[in-house]
Amino acid sequence: MENFAPFLQYLISGLTNGAIYALIALGFGIIYNATTIINFAQGEMVMLGAMCAISIYHLAPSLPLAFAGAVVLVTCVGLVFERLALRPVKDPTPIALIIITVGGAVMIKGVAMLLWGQEAYILPPFSGNVPIHLGPATILPQNLWVLGITAIAVVALEAFFRLTLVGKAMRACAYNTRAARLVGIAAGRMVQLSFGLSAALGAGAGILIAPLTLGVYDMGTMLGLKGFSAAIIGGLGSLAGGVLGGLVLGVAEALATGFISSGYRDAVAFLLLLLVLFLRPQGLVGGRK
Amino acid sequence: MTRLRFLNRWVLFAVVAGAIAAFMDQDYYYTLLNFIGIHTLLVVGLNLLLGYAGQISLGHAAFFGLGAYTSGILTATGGVDPWLALLAGLAVSGAAAFLIGIPALKLRGYYLAMATLGFGIIVYIILNEADSLTGGPSGLSGIPSLSLAGFAFNTPRRLYLLIWILLGLILYISANLVNSRTGRAIRALHDGEAAAESLGVDTFRLKLKIFVWSALYASLAGSLFAHSLNFIAPSSFGFMFSIKLVTMVVLGGMASIWGSLLGAGALTVLPELLTVFHDFEMVIFGAILMVVMIFLPRGLVRGIMDLYENRRYKRQGGRISV
Amino acid sequence: MKTKAIFGGLILALAGLGLIFLGCGGAKQAEPYVVGGIFSISGPASYLGEPERNSLEMVVEAVNAKGGINGHPLKLVIYDDEGDVTKARLHATKLAQDKKCLAVIGPSLTHTSMTTLEITQKAKLPLISCAAGSAITSPAKDRVWVFKTAQTDKMAVERIYQYLQKHNLKQVAILTVSTGFGVAGKEQLLTQAPQYGIQVLAQEVFGEKDTDMTPQLTKLRGTPAQVVICWGTGPAPALVAKNMKQLGITIPLVQSHGVASKKFIELAGDAGDGIILPAGKLVIWQQLPDTDPQKAVCKEYAEKYHAKFKAPESSFGGYAYDAIRMLNQALTKAGNNRDKIRSELEGLKNFVGISGVFNMSPEDHNGLSPAAFVMVKIEKGGFQLID
Repeated sequence: MENFAPFLQYLISGLTNGAIYALIALGFGIIYNATTIINFAQGEMVMLGAMCAISIYHLAPSLPLAFAGAVVLVTCVGLVFERLALRPVKDPTPIALIIITVGGAVMIKGVAMLLWGQEAYILPPFSGNVPIHLGPATILPQNLWVLGITAIAVVALEAFFRLTLVGKAMRACAYNTRAARLVGIAAGRMVQLSFGLSAALGAGAGILIAPLTLGVYDMGTMLGLKGFSAAIIGGLGSLAGGVLGGLVLGVAEALATGFISSGYRDAVAFLLLLLVLFLRPQGLVGGRK
Repeated sequence: MTRLRFLNRWVLFAVVAGAIAAFMDQDYYYTLLNFIGIHTLLVVGLNLLLGYAGQISLGHAAFFGLGAYTSGILTATGGVDPWLALLAGLAVSGAAAFLIGIPALKLRGYYLAMATLGFGIIVYIILNEADSLTGGPSGLSGIPSLSLAGFAFNTPRRLYLLIWILLGLILYISANLVNSRTGRAIRALHDGEAAAESLGVDTFRLKLKIFVWSALYASLAGSLFAHSLNFIAPSSFGFMFSIKLVTMVVLGGMASIWGSLLGAGALTVLPELLTVFHDFEMVIFGAILMVVMIFLPRGLVRGIMDLYENRRYKRQGGRISV
Repeated sequence: MKTKAIFGGLILALAGLGLIFLGCGGAKQAEPYVVGGIFSISGPASYLGEPERNSLEMVVEAVNAKGGINGHPLKLVIYDDEGDVTKARLHATKLAQDKKCLAVIGPSLTHTSMTTLEITQKAKLPLISCAAGSAITSPAKDRVWVFKTAQTDKMAVERIYQYLQKHNLKQVAILTVSTGFGVAGKEQLLTQAPQYGIQVLAQEVFGEKDTDMTPQLTKLRGTPAQVVICWGTGPAPALVAKNMKQLGITIPLVQSHGVASKKFIELAGDAGDGIILPAGKLVIWQQLPDTDPQKAVCKEYAEKYHAKFKAPESSFGGYAYDAIRMLNQALTKAGNNRDKIRSELEGLKNFVGISGVFNMSPEDHNGLSPAAFVMVKIEKGGFQLID
């Protein structure tokens, strides 16, 4: 019983971070499903979401406006990125695409540093800063926002892919692009849509986490890598896998900090990734490889 | 004819390098050349893996760091002879590459990228956190210089001799390697694993061999780096440095030995010449990766040459682009 | 006869011309004194390098406006190392091979300073580092040519422990960042604790870029510690303060001098209230008694810096400000002789600077005492002098 109180606290911390990883992993998954591309710039969309929201909030202090404005802006960035950096590629081998999207990530980060400088900025929490007591542990309203919005996003995405025509068309592209084209699906549009959607998800993740972590130009890299790790741990291409992977990764990190050593927290995260890659590369859920 | 041209390049390399050693007397330029040499060693190794064999590594800085720290720790803390430490560094990096390569090289594309990246980050964290061994984030000092029969390589000019003789040797070995039977097998691997396998190439063993080989280059570079700076800190071996190495490969040209020298040289010298590089460094590196990869996938020099050839061909009435 | 006269006239004219030239030479300004600077002006540590460079330029401009040092204008050659070891090394080499360069100020960080001093030591070139690490100048007998102006962690820890002792707080938990700054701080916190009868009950670390420290703090909460000491720079320590509030940890939080800036107060928000930390006197110079010799220096620096750069002054810039003023004093007495400049720096006594009163000696190339720090508390969005 003695260990229960800290354990609960670790769990809260882990699930909150895990939910963010899950949102980012979903972004990776959506693009991967439509194009079999891994967009290494996904983490920078998270950063852009947070930074744009902060800037908009500075101009007009309204959180809903900041949220909506930032998501729209970042979605545009995602679309432009696809148009300028990925569509002109003549020979889309994985290596070329990795290098291009990594280049895109570095460049977006560099531009963000020029725009916002190296300082950290504050975004106020969505609803106050008073901790809520949950038995022996405490939780901030913002943590609940993160968990809640992630849950809603997951359900909405699942519904979108299963129930709507566009969603079904996207899935068709994922299974077999040529066949999808033959039945009249505009595959190019689907690719665009996937980039826009995943940029929006990334931006949302950034805005949700910013009140807890502050916004700074280089916050995206690590979040992106962790999100991608989550996607791999869960099973690349599976939405449920991405969510599971994110939560597992988040909780593992928090527990490692608590019970092993705080200095090796990121090492534990990447060790987990290596273990999954080496032992079960199809991921925990085991989507297609 | 080709034989002659091939020979000429090496003569040219030796003559230019020798002329520099004979006529230049500025420590600063030697230091710069030494960094170019060390970076070229790293880039040639990575190019063998990435350009020739088509296997990506986003964690190459880890092997550089393992070499540097093995050398550094053994000599500064353990009092071992620097040459022995260098060999130990090669052993450690080679073993690490072998052990990580066995499971990792079964993976492809994104999975391999992520595995090497994860490995790179873990090594970086260990260098940073294991401070009783590595000196932690503030670095490891007191690393002695290499010396040969009483001749200590402790000035930039002397180091230049050592580094560039070794570099010439490594470039020569690498050029021979890629033109050998193994080299052709490696290229076959790049074009298609299944096809290579059907031709009787044991692709996995070959990939592992080239992975270990490129780790050894990186380790050698790391040891030279440690012994020429006499001080190392983990910040030189992070994720961003791995990305810089990939940028050097891409700029110089994938699957090009001499391109590696060019890529490493350009991206080491330019930040020194252009102050715009300071604030715009990330933007420039990112842009190079994207633009070169999208429009000139064969690297800057070959890409521009291709474009030129293309235009000439068209001017002469050709219709189909080359 | 006539030709002779012409010849003589020509010689006279030539001699006259020569005199005029000589005269011009005398009136022309004396050869400038070249001072090198290596700072992390861009890159992750630009918050250090930028004010350092600005402070240097500000002082040099003022000195040259007054006619330089004994008639010699000062010439600055400043390089940006971007916080990168190899770049620092290159710049150090460049400065060391310049025979006219008389001394180097910087670099901003401990690891870049460590690699720079390898070069400057060999070149017998005085170096005044602006970084915190005590390894830069100790042992002083090996680091003959190296000085530094930033306070060391040792003094900050002494000051904190003195404060804790005074308030009878004996059990502490420490939380340090995994950078050079944090590791050095941890080392000092652990080694000095027994001398002050202090018990370190738990020690945790966090990454420079970490964004959630609740797991570490949860662990600390499980101990009977009376104080949490956090050692870090940048935004992470502000998150530590926020997370403590979230977890409802009410014991006092002590931070390091690494967060003594307005930006920290802004980032920490409400969670910042009540945080205690050691700080250089610059942050509370208005609250100093007029008898404090540093008050006038801090006032002058703060006002001039503010007027020139329209930005708040920082203790980091103060390190470079002290360094260049020290160097000016040495140059005035020693002229362009590196050896004499070094001896002058080593013999510096009662030099009132921004970071404290310096008393250099062959055994101590930093020359500061724990009195360089004051203890301050964050209250209502500002620093209050408490001890």
